[in-house]
Amino acid sequence: MATTGMDPEIFDQFIDQLKRYVRERLIPAEAEVIANDRIPDDLLDEMREMGLFGLTMPEEYGGSGMNVPQYVETIRVLSYALPAYRSITSINLGMVCSALKNSGTDEQKAEWLPRLAAGEIACFGLTEPGSGSDSAAMATTARKDGNGYVLNGSKRYITNAPHAKLGLIMARTSQEALPRNAHVSAFLVPMDSPGISVGKPDRKMGQSGSHIADIYLDDVKLPGDALLGGEEGKGFATAMQSLDNGRLSVGAASAGYAQRILDTALRYASERKAFGEPIANFQLIQAMLADSRAEIYAAECMLRDASEKADKGKAIIECASAKMFASEMCNRVADRCVQIHGGAGYLAEYEAERFYRDSRIYTIYEGTTQILQLVIAKNMLREFAAGAAA
Amino acid sequence: MKILVPVKRVIDYNVKPRVKADGSGVDLANVKMSMNPFDEIAVEEAIRIKEAGKADEIIAVSVGPAKAQETLRTALAMGADRAILVETDDTVEPLAVAKILKAIADEEQPGLIMLGKQAIDDDSNQTGQMLAALMGRPQGTFANTVEIDGGSVIVKREIDGGLETVKLTMPAIVTTDLRLNEPRYASLPNIMKAKKKQLDVKSPADFGVDTAPRLTTTNVSEPPVRQAGEKVADVDAMVAKLKALGIA
Repeated sequence: MATTGMDPEIFDQFIDQLKRYVRERLIPAEAEVIANDRIPDDLLDEMREMGLFGLTMPEEYGGSGMNVPQYVETIRVLSYALPAYRSITSINLGMVCSALKNSGTDEQKAEWLPRLAAGEIACFGLTEPGSGSDSAAMATTARKDGNGYVLNGSKRYITNAPHAKLGLIMARTSQEALPRNAHVSAFLVPMDSPGISVGKPDRKMGQSGSHIADIYLDDVKLPGDALLGGEEGKGFATAMQSLDNGRLSVGAASAGYAQRILDTALRYASERKAFGEPIANFQLIQAMLADSRAEIYAAECMLRDASEKADKGKAIIECASAKMFASEMCNRVADRCVQIHGGAGYLAEYEAERFYRDSRIYTIYEGTTQILQLVIAKNMLREFAAGAAA
Repeated sequence: MKILVPVKRVIDYNVKPRVKADGSGVDLANVKMSMNPFDEIAVEEAIRIKEAGKADEIIAVSVGPAKAQETLRTALAMGADRAILVETDDTVEPLAVAKILKAIADEEQPGLIMLGKQAIDDDSNQTGQMLAALMGRPQGTFANTVEIDGGSVIVKREIDGGLETVKLTMPAIVTTDLRLNEPRYASLPNIMKAKKKQLDVKSPADFGVDTAPRLTTTNVSEPPVRQAGEKVADVDAMVAKLKALGIA
């Protein structure tokens, strides 16, 4: 069943304002964000006021209740600007919101959703030094202690960890690896709990202004109601439920940024002269521009279709395909943008260089291209075996 | 005190306008439209006056097609309290707009009417002045700063070579210039709230105003394209060139 989402008129009006906000505020502030490797506080407050942290939360919890296609389109529009702006909102809007909506108790929703919608930043802790998608190896433990739990372990590459007020932390509640990952539970952890420390932000190739860091849990005592949904063993299933949305978000980020990159390449090609005329007049340059335009269009069509399907139910193949194509596409467009810039494209003085570095993560996080290939193929084979392919 | 803020739906300031092939006007088919930027500044100023506790209600008004509701919704999302659309598909000239605004002002009795100094589509720069004359009330045009002072409003006006300060007894008409303020963005929560605010739709006939145009546009054309310059070899060649052109 498709969700109604936000009133389409209100949505259009918001997208209008957002496009302007991106053009007039977010893009002009990019140089400052890059130079200081952080989004200035006043700009972050403005983003909160704009409602950018509450897109997906239900209206009754202070959000604006967008459906999946609306959310994906908003992220695409926002992602015309520096990736850090999406990144700071992404965990609130994606993983943590969807985990609370799908699995949280009423009390947990009432406690956290309004705070997340208002812009208290959240992070999501699944990956560890020794485990990622293979949760059987997860080492972080949640030991039962009276009515509560005690968490021990560490989490790695956690986006927004240095800024987070809330961590959705995965920990094992059973020593044994159980079928369907039932040894993993999800906990809502206030990041100021005693025993939590956050490492220094990792230095990265690109994506200035967004931060990832390790989280260390040392005898972190939590009350019983910190267990998401009040039920053990559901953690991994919860995380998996919002994978479709997470992939669409990265796909939309790729498509939005690719458009920015192509616009930059087009402007440069029209201004830069060689042999007495703009290089845009040369057909080999035109081929790069045309391929990019067609591929961005293809990614947008895929995202629109996949997000409509995801809104109605599971759309694993579509979401994985859209993310895989859009992120690879964005890297091709960024590569062509550098190529069109020629020598200038290799210089940090021009934007082409950082577009290239920023784009590189998109084929990696929320499932590498290779993991997505496996996901797509596995589901194809499953459908075939079930006779659905006939 | 009430503030009346007339707003106009115009071609978006980011759009490059194109003249229709027959020279009858600017082609507006499938072109993005938005609130006139000077009116946006007027809305912002009205909100700031209300936030400072010096006004109780902001009423946005527009005269134009049904689509002008979108423009009013933007004003409501920014912070206006209610809106009135005087709906007509005619091209309404400044005098007719001023007459309609006077009729609305007679009903609403605002202390301040604040509007853009001009609209970016026809650049008339007349509506505020005509309204002041029709109402027989003081006007402060091209406002650079606006300050409410008891029953008066002090306006610093942008004039050639500096600023002129005038003190107007309210009710008064103020037209806003570019540097008065930087308008806020309508936030998503406020856009959602605006949908529930009151928006009344009226017609020019409700106010007994005839909007038939008094002026005829004979032709609209693109500005001339700037010609490329010419390079000369040295100073002598340049002097010779200037002499030939009759400049030196």
